[in-house]
Amino acid sequence: MAASFDLKNDGVVVIIGSGAGGGTLGNELAQKGIDVVILEAGARHEYEDFINDEWDSFAQLAWKDKRTTSGDWRVAKDFPNLPAWIVKSVGGSTTHWAGASLRFQEHEFKAATTYGKVKGANLLDWPVTLAEMEPYYAKAEAKMGVTGTNNWPRLPGNNNFKVLKAGADKLGYKECHTGNMAINSVERDDRNSCQQTGFCFQGCKWGAKWSTLYTEIPKGEATGHLEVRPNSMVIKINHDASGKVTGVVYADKDGKLQEQKARIVAVAGNSIESPRLLLNSESSKFPHGLANSSGQVGKNYMRHTTGSVYAIFDKPVHMYRGTTMAGIIRDEARHDPSRGFVGGYEMETLSLGLPFMAAFLNPGGWGRSFTTALDHYDHMAGLWIVGEDMPREENRITLHKDEKDEHGMPIADVHFDDHPNDEAMRNHAYKQGQALYAAVGATRTFPTPPYPSTHNLGTNRMSEKAEDGVVNKHGQSHDIKNLFVSDGSQFTTGAAENPTLTIVTLAIRQADYIAAQMSAKTI
Amino acid sequence: MVTVYEKKPGHEKKAGLSRRELLKRGGAGALLIISGSAVISPEHAWGLETSALKPETMATLIQVARDIYPHDQVPDKYYAIAVKGHDETAAKDPAHKELIEKGIAELDKKAGKGGYRGLGWEEQRVALLTDIEKTPFFQAVRGGLVVSLYNQKELWPIFGYEGESYSKGGYIARGFNDIEWL
Ligand SMILES: Cc1cc2nc3c(=O)[nH]c(=O)nc-3n(C[C@H](O)[C@H](O)[C@H](O)COP(=O)(O)OP(=O)(O)OC[C@H]3O[C@@H](n4cnc5c(N)ncnc54)[C@H](O)[C@@H]3O)c2cc1C
Ligand code: SF4
Repeated sequence: MAASFDLKNDGVVVIIGSGAGGGTLGNELAQKGIDVVILEAGARHEYEDFINDEWDSFAQLAWKDKRTTSGDWRVAKDFPNLPAWIVKSVGGSTTHWAGASLRFQEHEFKAATTYGKVKGANLLDWPVTLAEMEPYYAKAEAKMGVTGTNNWPRLPGNNNFKVLKAGADKLGYKECHTGNMAINSVERDDRNSCQQTGFCFQGCKWGAKWSTLYTEIPKGEATGHLEVRPNSMVIKINHDASGKVTGVVYADKDGKLQEQKARIVAVAGNSIESPRLLLNSESSKFPHGLANSSGQVGKNYMRHTTGSVYAIFDKPVHMYRGTTMAGIIRDEARHDPSRGFVGGYEMETLSLGLPFMAAFLNPGGWGRSFTTALDHYDHMAGLWIVGEDMPREENRITLHKDEKDEHGMPIADVHFDDHPNDEAMRNHAYKQGQALYAAVGATRTFPTPPYPSTHNLGTNRMSEKAEDGVVNKHGQSHDIKNLFVSDGSQFTTGAAENPTLTIVTLAIRQADYIAAQMSAKTI
Repeated sequence: MVTVYEKKPGHEKKAGLSRRELLKRGGAGALLIISGSAVISPEHAWGLETSALKPETMATLIQVARDIYPHDQVPDKYYAIAVKGHDETAAKDPAHKELIEKGIAELDKKAGKGGYRGLGWEEQRVALLTDIEKTPFFQAVRGGLVVSLYNQKELWPIFGYEGESYSKGGYIARGFNDIEWL
């Protein structure tokens, strides 16, 4: 039975956000018998309620509250009030996500050491190594049912994958397969296997794709130690005179402000909302926001170097059929500065339905050059580029000076300038992607600009030293012992891989740490 | 191409033409007719009643929509549905009404005698649109259109997009890997 805790109960762990980080941490703690309240800004939609329709699903699940943008990134021009494509709903962005689940490479935990000094980049090594992460990666893969691990077969390749694979073979790429996907390739964990419906981004109506919504959360609730409170938007974290956090203020479903007391607070609102909340929790004791003695809260915002390549063929492909992202080429993920940039990138199959393709293929584009591309929608194949981008201090989340949301909380501004390394990498990837499809006979290819950010990282980064970052190797804030960060904003650097497996891994590891510290009574 | 039957100036106040008359005057072929407060396509048996925008404005807007996202295999009806929201917004918001009416009037003026719809070649009309690409009017029309046009389910089969698939059991037995030409 799901628990229900009193607002005045100051023994609970309060987690803000129910996505990859928050949902996982909540269940892990509940399994250990620790009482948890997850406050989630969004509503609760179960997976039967998901909609196989891009815009309707977006309306149902996405975070649509206004944000502003600045900087030279193209998203600021194309989607000035939609810097990120993420979710406001129980389950967070694990409802929308595609399921690609890759471990980081060893050198990526040591970006500063490996890449050396990169001008205009605020590189730092992670305070953890791959070796320390490995046992937790294994737990995360087992929990999420990642294909290609634990003897689970990989998913069968769909049409879009077959085109990718044919091109990869032609270009001589060696590591190309249907990926490591947190999608059931066989029935397991009381959930279906993938039925190849092709609406992974819209929430998997079969429940085949891992999402905290129907895995971690109900499992946690079943322990009697977890309460998930939807429609609860946290706007401030409170602290006492000693500087310890004591609870959070949130707007409930009726917009009424409530205070939930807490023994520990863990922030997991994704990399725009988490720093926004810490910054908005400023006080006379912490005039620059909570956990911000380093001044790094909100800085080093990363979004991966992304882009897509779509291609048209003289024969049909029907790329939208089947698993959206089950297809990967890993050969370019290595660090090889001879290509003209540090770090690497992955190429993964990607498909959008017609409505999103129209919106994202070439935002702002019109006329025949644009429409003749869509005319051949069913002859299209596509891939997504995801590579390591450089952390930069100026790329940051700040509180808007004038504009506030419905609860009176300043909205977030997202500033991003592409680093020359990002541009060099993107251009390299465009060339490779276009060459790949040309090798299979594409008659036209499209180097498609980045979408609003689906991967948002780095804004409360981990660091060995307190002056370099916001949290330590366990996601515990350097400044405040009982305040944790549990989402992708902890990332010290972005690596080339999709982030969620690492977010989940960190959350499992953090749960062990929190439990140990609680029993030792240090927090 | 859409041929548009224009009423003579001064006939605005007269009651709408009968359907028979419309058909008689329009002749064969794709055809948009202004009648009273409506844009009518007698050939394809649909009409669009306007409430705030002038029907002439609506007819031009439909042409503008086609020129922005030209798909020769997509009938006018879908473009009409895609822009009709501007009439609804104009009814509630005078500023929007002015934006659209002025934008269209401006285009007509630039087009010279015969107005925007009088320009025979798409290239001629596109040249005018390119000139105003940066204006709030154009941005408002194009920005809304990319959703209101391509989000019409009835239109998806024309592009070979199959839409919702859950109710059909996904593609696991319906061709997710049926590519044969590789
Ligand atoms: C279309 C799409 C495809 C993706 N595909 C992949 C993929 O294939 N592989 C991969 O690794 N990653 C993928 N991602 C990214 C992945 O979804 C995220 O990395 C991951 O979910 C982030 O986890 P998180 O815990 O940081 O935040 P989220 O999962 O976004 O959860 C944050 C939650 O916090 C809530 N919240 C925020 N602020 C507050 C507040 N103040 N009070 C209360 N609640 C709050 C939000 O409503 C949200 O539910 C994809 C994302 C998208 C959008
Ligand atoms: S393709 Fe598979 S994982 Fe994706 S939505 Fe369909 S059943 Fe779920």
